[in-house]
Amino acid sequence: MRSSQTKLSRRATLGLIGAAVTIPAQARTRLSYNLKPKQVADGIWMLEGSTDYFSMENGGDIVNCAIIEGSDGLTVVDTGPSFRYGEAMLDALTNLSGKPVTTVINTHHHPDHFFGNQVFTDIPIRALSRTGALAAEQGEDFSDNMYRILGDWMRGTEVVPPTQSLPAGEITLGGRKLIVLPLSGHTEADLALMDVETGTVIAGDLAFLDRAPTTPSADLGKWRESLTAITELEPSAVIPGHGPFDPSLRSLTQTRAYLDWIEETLVDAADQGFDMVEVMELPIPDEFAALGAQPQEYHRSVSHLFPDIETDALPLLD
Amino acid sequence: MRKLALALMMAATPAMAASEKLHSDLKTPLDDPFKSGMWEFQQMRLLGNPEKIKFDERVKVFAPHAAEDAFEVPVKVDATEIPDVEKILVSVDYGPIPKILTFYPKEAEPKFSFRFKIDQATPVRVSVQTKDGAWHIGGIQIDAMGGGCTAPAFAYATDDWEEKLGEVRGRMWAKTGRVRVIVDHPMDTGLADGIPVFIVEDIKLEGPDNREMARLELYEPVDEDPAFTFHFPKDTLTDAIRVVGRDNNGNEIDATIPGPNTQ
Repeated sequence: MRSSQTKLSRRATLGLIGAAVTIPAQARTRLSYNLKPKQVADGIWMLEGSTDYFSMENGGDIVNCAIIEGSDGLTVVDTGPSFRYGEAMLDALTNLSGKPVTTVINTHHHPDHFFGNQVFTDIPIRALSRTGALAAEQGEDFSDNMYRILGDWMRGTEVVPPTQSLPAGEITLGGRKLIVLPLSGHTEADLALMDVETGTVIAGDLAFLDRAPTTPSADLGKWRESLTAITELEPSAVIPGHGPFDPSLRSLTQTRAYLDWIEETLVDAADQGFDMVEVMELPIPDEFAALGAQPQEYHRSVSHLFPDIETDALPLLD
Repeated sequence: MRKLALALMMAATPAMAASEKLHSDLKTPLDDPFKSGMWEFQQMRLLGNPEKIKFDERVKVFAPHAAEDAFEVPVKVDATEIPDVEKILVSVDYGPIPKILTFYPKEAEPKFSFRFKIDQATPVRVSVQTKDGAWHIGGIQIDAMGGGCTAPAFAYATDDWEEKLGEVRGRMWAKTGRVRVIVDHPMDTGLADGIPVFIVEDIKLEGPDNREMARLELYEPVDEDPAFTFHFPKDTLTDAIRVVGRDNNGNEIDATIPGPNTQ
């Protein structure tokens, strides 16, 4: 376990700073998310985040969340990076259909996808059971890092892991039929959701579009299998975890091509005896360099993936 | 050490006096490019207050500007523009254990790569001593969320770590003069609760007749399963290289990288 012993004190320090300093009204309003639900299919909206990395400028609004309207209520898929984002989301949904949010789903346990859960504690927050365990296990460490990167944007945010597990297969939520696909590869447990009526797939972070995929918990082989599984469903469109709405299904091929390139590059580098710093210095082909959050994501992926790839590549000596 | 620094900071007046005294005791005070509050202390304690010392741009240090994984921060050092290098000491200004490792290049070039555990944002210093005793200092600032030094090794999450202890993976690329070595070892810092210090203390590369080709002294911050790249002049690697070393519990490391003709 990577426990951080300074966690409490760091949070407490932020609290103290917040209490001691009167923040001018202007600065306070500057830290607000501008969330505009965009309708992408009949009864389906998305909140589209930036394709950049987390920053003080974007407040962590780098993720896509989806809203599905049924006859009885709304299902929210993923809740964003912070308490404040959750609040902004609730505001944005007020005038959407007049229906209440009846269920929240978290696609996986990464912080940008579930740190807004806090505003939904009065309704079921559902996820694959492994996602619940991972969120509980790693949430506090993620939180430390998010406070470090996003500072005051994170104010008041507490880790609220999903509360109920979601079984695989067909389920009716808010009066609308959905198919739950228990997949993996981006993390140990990645939920994709298909809307039966429109054929739209909400892919979570199994699909990225024009934004470099992230790999801190990745298993590249399983990820590719999951992309195949989604492709075989022949969706009418994909809502990727990051990047624009995708009626062309380009997110599925682009994500796969990127994962293939990363693996090939790292295996080849290990075979030449490169160290991680040298691997990070390698040029990125134009098609992948043009994705959002590059070269940072490539550098992060080298950190995540290279040590294991290298261990496999180097012979064990007598 | 962090406690000491904190105590110094809190008692403002004595701290001022202490740092002023430190400054006036330095034989050659420098203008630290990182403006770190700890540099003069390092200069005094780690390097022994040398007279011949300067910051030198020929000491090139490469690392990501932020540590993605506090347990495996990769660093590449290149001091090949400096002739007659005797040894290279790598250290951090901020962290519970400042010394990371000392590299004696011997027949190798003064250029190598390693990974270490970072505990907080800090400058990483690379102090290169030449045969005339002079010090040439380079460095890089690395940001981190920290905790790398104070957590248990991942090895204990598996049950076969004891069998793998001291196993060596490695290979040489004779054409480019490159040698890569990874040693299986938990490298426990002694700072995680209830786990004593358990580290590889030295690693040597030996040629035929036990000729020492390069040597490393390792300290606690070196990463779990230490991984190194060494560089020898091109086309000079003609024989097998023996990797020998030991940890602080007396476990021996002994493995042989086959020479270019046996591959």
